[in-house]
Amino acid sequence: MKRAPDNPASNETRIGVFICDCGTNIAGFVDVPALVEYAKTLPNVVFVQENMYTCSDAGITEIKKGIKEHNLNRVIVASCTPRTHAPLFMSTCEASGLNKYLFEFVNIRDQCSWVHMKEPDKGTQKAKDLIRMGVAKAILLEPREELEAPVEPSSLVIGGGIAGLSVAGSLAEQGFKVHLVEKEKELGGMLRFVDKLFPNDIEAKEVLDSVIGKAEESGRVTVHLSSTVKDVSGYIGNFEVGIVRNDGGTNETVKIGTIIIATGSEAYKPVGLYGYGSLPGVITQLELEGRLREDGLKKPRAVVMIQCVGARGQHVSYCSKICCMVALKNARQIKKKFPKAEIYIFHRGMQTSGHRNEAYYLKAREEGIHFIHFEAENPPEVSASDNQLHVGVYSPTLRRKVDVDCDLVVLSTPQVHHEDGKQIAQMVKVPIGQEGFFFEAHSKLRPVDFATDGVFLCGTARGPAAVGESVQQAFAVASRAAIPMARGKVGAEAITAQVDVDICSGCGECEGVCPYNAISLKTHENRQVAEVNPLLCKGCGMCVPSCPTRAIKQWGFTDNQLVSQVLEATESDLALDEPNIVGFCCNWCSYAGADMAGVSRYQYPPNIRIVRTMCSGRVDPIWIIRAFMEGADGVFVSGCHPGDCHYITGNNFTEERMRRLRKSISDYGIDPRRLRLEWISASEGNRFADLVSEFTEEIKKLGPSPLRELKQRRSIDVKET
Amino acid sequence: MSEDVLVIGGGVAGIQAALDLGDRGLRVHLVEKKPSIGGTMALLDKTFPTNDCSICILAPKMNECAAHPNITIHTYSEVLSMEGKPGNFKVKVLKKARLVNETKCTGCGDCMRKCPAKVPNEYNQNLDERRAIYMPFPQAVPRKATIDKEHCIYVIKEKCGACKKVCKAGAVDFEQKDQEIGLNVGAMIIAVGLSIYDPSHLTEYGYGRYPNVHTSMEYERLICASGPTGGHLECEPDKRQPKRMAFIPCVGSRDVRPGGCSYCCSVCCMLSTKDAMLAREHYDDIESFIFYSDLRTSGKGAHEYMERAKKDYGVTFIHGKPGDIQENPETGELMVSYTDEQNGKITNLKVDFVVLSTAIMPADDAQKLARVTGVDTGPDRFFKAHNCQTHPTDTTMPGIFVAGYCESPKDVTESVIQASGAAARAAETISRLRRLEK
Repeated sequence: MKRAPDNPASNETRIGVFICDCGTNIAGFVDVPALVEYAKTLPNVVFVQENMYTCSDAGITEIKKGIKEHNLNRVIVASCTPRTHAPLFMSTCEASGLNKYLFEFVNIRDQCSWVHMKEPDKGTQKAKDLIRMGVAKAILLEPREELEAPVEPSSLVIGGGIAGLSVAGSLAEQGFKVHLVEKEKELGGMLRFVDKLFPNDIEAKEVLDSVIGKAEESGRVTVHLSSTVKDVSGYIGNFEVGIVRNDGGTNETVKIGTIIIATGSEAYKPVGLYGYGSLPGVITQLELEGRLREDGLKKPRAVVMIQCVGARGQHVSYCSKICCMVALKNARQIKKKFPKAEIYIFHRGMQTSGHRNEAYYLKAREEGIHFIHFEAENPPEVSASDNQLHVGVYSPTLRRKVDVDCDLVVLSTPQVHHEDGKQIAQMVKVPIGQEGFFFEAHSKLRPVDFATDGVFLCGTARGPAAVGESVQQAFAVASRAAIPMARGKVGAEAITAQVDVDICSGCGECEGVCPYNAISLKTHENRQVAEVNPLLCKGCGMCVPSCPTRAIKQWGFTDNQLVSQVLEATESDLALDEPNIVGFCCNWCSYAGADMAGVSRYQYPPNIRIVRTMCSGRVDPIWIIRAFMEGADGVFVSGCHPGDCHYITGNNFTEERMRRLRKSISDYGIDPRRLRLEWISASEGNRFADLVSEFTEEIKKLGPSPLRELKQRRSIDVKET
Repeated sequence: MSEDVLVIGGGVAGIQAALDLGDRGLRVHLVEKKPSIGGTMALLDKTFPTNDCSICILAPKMNECAAHPNITIHTYSEVLSMEGKPGNFKVKVLKKARLVNETKCTGCGDCMRKCPAKVPNEYNQNLDERRAIYMPFPQAVPRKATIDKEHCIYVIKEKCGACKKVCKAGAVDFEQKDQEIGLNVGAMIIAVGLSIYDPSHLTEYGYGRYPNVHTSMEYERLICASGPTGGHLECEPDKRQPKRMAFIPCVGSRDVRPGGCSYCCSVCCMLSTKDAMLAREHYDDIESFIFYSDLRTSGKGAHEYMERAKKDYGVTFIHGKPGDIQENPETGELMVSYTDEQNGKITNLKVDFVVLSTAIMPADDAQKLARVTGVDTGPDRFFKAHNCQTHPTDTTMPGIFVAGYCESPKDVTESVIQASGAAARAAETISRLRRLEK
């Protein structure tokens, strides 16, 4: 690696590297003192320090001290992931008078210690490579200033159920305008079909009326019934959304600052399970709610409720959380109406967490409701004869089979995701998790935010939840969404694209690529050139590889910076039988997927060195050719699944570019199997680990790249002469 | 009227509420009774269901709070009294003397190394010692020393003063007095968190008598790299590494006997699962057994987490609560007796380490705060929600909101959600009053 040329106008490039132990999360599996010694040998590195927790107050103080005492003008933290911790360290630099864009992050936890736990030596070697790549990029970093954009103080809430209504009511009370879009012709969502609500047995209707009342009274909520959302464009603070009437009414376009997804869920229909659909008298809890509401329940002698129908390993893998309480509530309602009815709940462990729910469960027990525990491997059997239903199950607690004759079997089925969730996700550019529910930015710290700024999530669209929880989440969203709107402005990250007018030929290729209409052709010195509007540019960088004259640069992700990382990645000291793989991951999906592999401790081979871009559409075929020329055995490019791209169309370009590139590299004698393109979402840590493992195996089978062998021979020749 | 908001309790819920309110431009006073913010989450090693390192994800938020221009943190402080109504609450706060000047203290730790008075370290669940002058944990915010007056030799006998001599910043101030601060706020959020049940009197499990029986909170510190053993698990009497471990949830909870908590604490099944997974991450050869009553894994990703514990971490789940634990006094080994569901017979499982997931209750001083603020609590001492369906973060007093474990049993995610929710309700109150004033 070359040292940065000393600039006589300013100071020399002075890099400080702060390496985090993360307690033992890193230091337990990676030799941190060895990393420290190694980092000291890298060009322009003038200060290296090991910290127990770099993100602690003490660690932050050390960074500030380091900047001051060693006159640092570049800071590298080698610890966890930029996706959670970059803002903290960037603001630390800023507080010390260092431009925050002179900070670089190296991820040695999610990409080394947590995923190579059983190979500490190789994990340490990889961490050294990643630090060297970080230093190479840091040398080339440039200071940048951020732009601010105004925020429209109004929200779009998609979904008029209890969650959406509660958000709308709260935001309105806080003084913001709300557009509430409901696809049905009335408000209320799932609660319209529910009788009473646990744990206080109040009428669902009463709750709905009070929440609708609050939203309406404010005068700030515009309700769009029989409507769906189409064409979402813009970004936080400045979204433009089309609202389409399904009943022939007038369509509208609204400008809003934030978007809230509260589209709810559906109750699973257990067709074919336990005689549902074929045996009369076998119904779901939701159907029972209807009978209870309308007083349509005939006096039963005995009722059996079966829990986890389709859940926890059947149709869906998860526990739907509220079905045990729903069963208890309905069982108690039946018991209240018909005290002589015997009610049995066949369950796989009653899910009545918390003090209110557990007290409710204890009451049901006191009231004489019977509870029979069964195991997933031995589910109940339902049959019918002589106008009677029979349910039998093996009870491990009683160590015998229990048989009950009854006139009603009620199946408790899970809440499952709406089919139209996928469409909304693609339109708003937010991810969906493995179970089909929307996927939040962070399971604990940002539970109702999306990674996309200005878009939020609440209610059962997020996952199964009771009414109180949905409302809790709705209020949480009302707080989170209010933040940018109350401030009235947001800062735009200074990682935008810029055109060098001297080189630009004015061909307009980039203008067609940009999904945000941020690029337009302007007249400059009597000729046409492209110009980027930095307030509209979202910093994906997909225009850069499209430019035939290479006139565009993306700040923070320049060709020089990223090629320098690629070159260092191929300089790894891996043995010849160990494939050297360069990975490119997009910030929003595949890099997040790699992080997820880390926190989940999915192990994969330590052969890949990841270069992060904001979008896979930024990955330039030239970098990949460069990687192969420098001896990479394989290149692994990954992005969001088709349709999920955070930048709308970036991965379409990636796909097209990689397809063409595969052809070109084979012309150069490189097996096209050495270039792999995969789609990995933020929730797919296991998929990331599996694909990387499988690709590494494939490259191993292909053997070292001919160019790597050539490079190796040359370096031996050089050493010998 | 005042547009400021008072947040009582500096755990993850209080921190989240303060950050949300501060970020939207309201001024916040965050009152915490301990010398540092962080609460219970700062004690945890990892957090389910992603096994994120707890302090790693909390510390940035703690620092953000400290650096926030709209947030004033009052640590080592307690609410003494309150009067008034929404828009105009007058609150008296007692700021206890740290005997250290917060402006001068640099947090270098020299005083802590010189102090001769050794005191059980409550942060590490009294499993090791700290000094009488101390910072509760390495990531403490603010990073300022505090003198524990009960144990300081100078305070007791007017001898010593080693800390004062060694402090280059001249921050130690034995003359410092408690201070009363008056705050005027428009809304309040109570987020005082939890306390842990002491299982000493449950003779069947031998906690306190058998050295290899621990509470889950002790285990959090023992398995944590920054804990008293540096993350190593050891068995008495020979400090050997455990090979077989038993985890028992519902200790003191779902227990209708006098002194027990009848309710489910909602986190212990997941906590035990996490604990067993962490043990396996530390030692390849460890075998873990979880004795559960009903396996309650109902949060997002929770059931899948438990399945992974079974499949990838070799954790064995046994249905049924053990009746008794007997110790072999020579080897320290423990016999856990339980009824085997397969044959109905009393069965003994030999293990060398037992972790009791003890009941989690509302914070000790929740009752006191309820009296001071006039807010109602229920029979289990949780703050009552005004309406658990439509207003789950409202207390029975207008303008006073509640978040986190002190409202009802919940995990970190749910606490963070409720905290943001309480912030929204506080902001609604301020906005409404602001409109009325105009």
